[in-house]
Amino acid sequence: MGMTMSEKILARAAGRDSVRPGDLLLAKIDFAMGHDLTIPPAGKIMREQMGAQKVWDVDRVAVVQDHFQPAKDIASAGLGRMTREFAREMGIKWYFEVGQGGICHTVLPERGLVLPGELVVGADSHSCTYGALNNFATGIGSTDLACVMALGELWFRVPESLRFVYHHKLPQWVEAKDLILHVIGTIGVDGARSKAMEHTGDAIAHIDMEGRLTMTNMAIEAGAKNGIIGFDEVTREFLEGRAQRAYTPVDSDPDAEYEKTFEFDAEAIPITLARPMSPDHTAPIDEVAGTRLDQVFIGSCTNSKIGDLRRAAAVLKGRHIAPHVRLIVTPSSAQVAREAEREGLIGIFMDAGAGWTVATCGACLGGHMGVVGAGEVCLSTSNRNFPGRMGDPTAQVYLSNPVVAAASAVAGEIVHPKEVVGRELVYA
Amino acid sequence: MIRGRAWTFGNNVDTDQIIPAKYAIYSLDEKKLGEHAMEGVPGNEDGWSKKISAGDILVAGSNFGCGSSREIAPVAIRGAGVSVVVADSFARIFFRNSINLGFPILQSPQAAEAIKEGDELEIDLDEGVIRNFTQGDEYRCDAFPPFMNELIKMGGLVPWVRERLKERAQASA
Ligand code: SF4
Repeated sequence: MGMTMSEKILARAAGRDSVRPGDLLLAKIDFAMGHDLTIPPAGKIMREQMGAQKVWDVDRVAVVQDHFQPAKDIASAGLGRMTREFAREMGIKWYFEVGQGGICHTVLPERGLVLPGELVVGADSHSCTYGALNNFATGIGSTDLACVMALGELWFRVPESLRFVYHHKLPQWVEAKDLILHVIGTIGVDGARSKAMEHTGDAIAHIDMEGRLTMTNMAIEAGAKNGIIGFDEVTREFLEGRAQRAYTPVDSDPDAEYEKTFEFDAEAIPITLARPMSPDHTAPIDEVAGTRLDQVFIGSCTNSKIGDLRRAAAVLKGRHIAPHVRLIVTPSSAQVAREAEREGLIGIFMDAGAGWTVATCGACLGGHMGVVGAGEVCLSTSNRNFPGRMGDPTAQVYLSNPVVAAASAVAGEIVHPKEVVGRELVYA
Repeated sequence: MIRGRAWTFGNNVDTDQIIPAKYAIYSLDEKKLGEHAMEGVPGNEDGWSKKISAGDILVAGSNFGCGSSREIAPVAIRGAGVSVVVADSFARIFFRNSINLGFPILQSPQAAEAIKEGDELEIDLDEGVIRNFTQGDEYRCDAFPPFMNELIKMGGLVPWVRERLKERAQASA
């Protein structure tokens, strides 16, 4: 019986010839990540409770200051300091300070730290993002991370795999974000609970690495353990000159077993938004157009990479946002910010009336720099809109792709981008 | 044997409702987290933990604990004094985190459906049985694989890692 790519990676990491869904394994970790909210407890558990004095491999751990950094208050300054001290005392090689890294899930792929065929864990639920690079990546808790840092191993239950096949090609205006929102709207926030989501089909070949990372980023929004995509020319090109280690891609066997296969015609997917207050509460744009907005947030690990910012800037160039709206643009990494600066995108955002911030999680988790107040309506390019996620529990948060977000900021209400820019997007 | 009163919740209660992100800054203070447990659930804005007694039982619907990887979610619930969580099903990171903490959680669609707020319950963790004194009923729970049971019995992942570190030290000595 064949294996899926997820099963192959887990089998290899556990030193076994084969595994089946439901097997419990002890597997070797190839790369691990923690950030300013998860390193302080993990470091403390590892050293004080487990009694480990060093990290199993300082080359295979990343520590990123992103959630409440630059520190938003005194308590988060304390977490930042503990995170910093832990990284220094352990001699962690991949430590990313404020201003130099950005959001963990953008930083690790862009620095070539998470690679095909690997088993990657991160103490953050969106660690499933890395699976776009053909690895098995999943989110873990702080005690898990302490275990990994102490031993380089962790227990896993082999997930059942679900296969998502996308035929044809996404139409104009429709992005990877719309596709994954549509899928989550179809299967629900627990539609893939604890399972592997494997994305495949013709449409994937036409989606660039940024778009793929957006899709696997949101696997957790369907409850999945991991999201994964096969290795192809797009993956190879992205990793060229970037990969920090040699890697071995994996592919699913033709006779691999899937619990279920879902098929979608990509051509028929509309621009899709999530309505308040759940990512599976989706609607095609026609049904939500006209919703008046107080704030638009273009940011997060889901949709604030350089391509996202380029498309948003193409909408905003020469235009100004509506007077009653505020637009916050938060790049997802320092490298993205640098490139945006080089291409003149920051000026376009500022001329349009947007607030441009340092690369951080910020408003995405209602941390700082764009928390929403009671009853306010916000359109966000992030991944999650559960009650209270971005601030007050009575705020109404919609999720969309960055072109819709930028156009809606101009209109002051949710709008189809063609209403603002005409027939097509023209880049600067 | 655990005895306590049931507090019921619906489906898809996510980690932001279990412990709103703004309290993540107290990630190292279980008691403080406990004071704010379940505060993000509409209707509990003024606090939930002060209503409950130590040892009470949280009963929820499907996909309990979805959302972020925050380990402070089970920690906050434990910090509030809850002895065990029973749900129709759990989101996977919440499930992992609870097992790793040695915090008992039980999956029983039957119990999740039948139990009403305020019911007096008794839970036998070894047998995987929940007795409902108020309704005079009994429910079975899904059994954990042996490795997970071992982890819970040992008190979670911390003692397990200590053992392995000891073994490694001996092997290299
Ligand atoms: S940007 Fe948002 S979703 Fe991404 S890691 Fe930060 S808080 Fe989590």
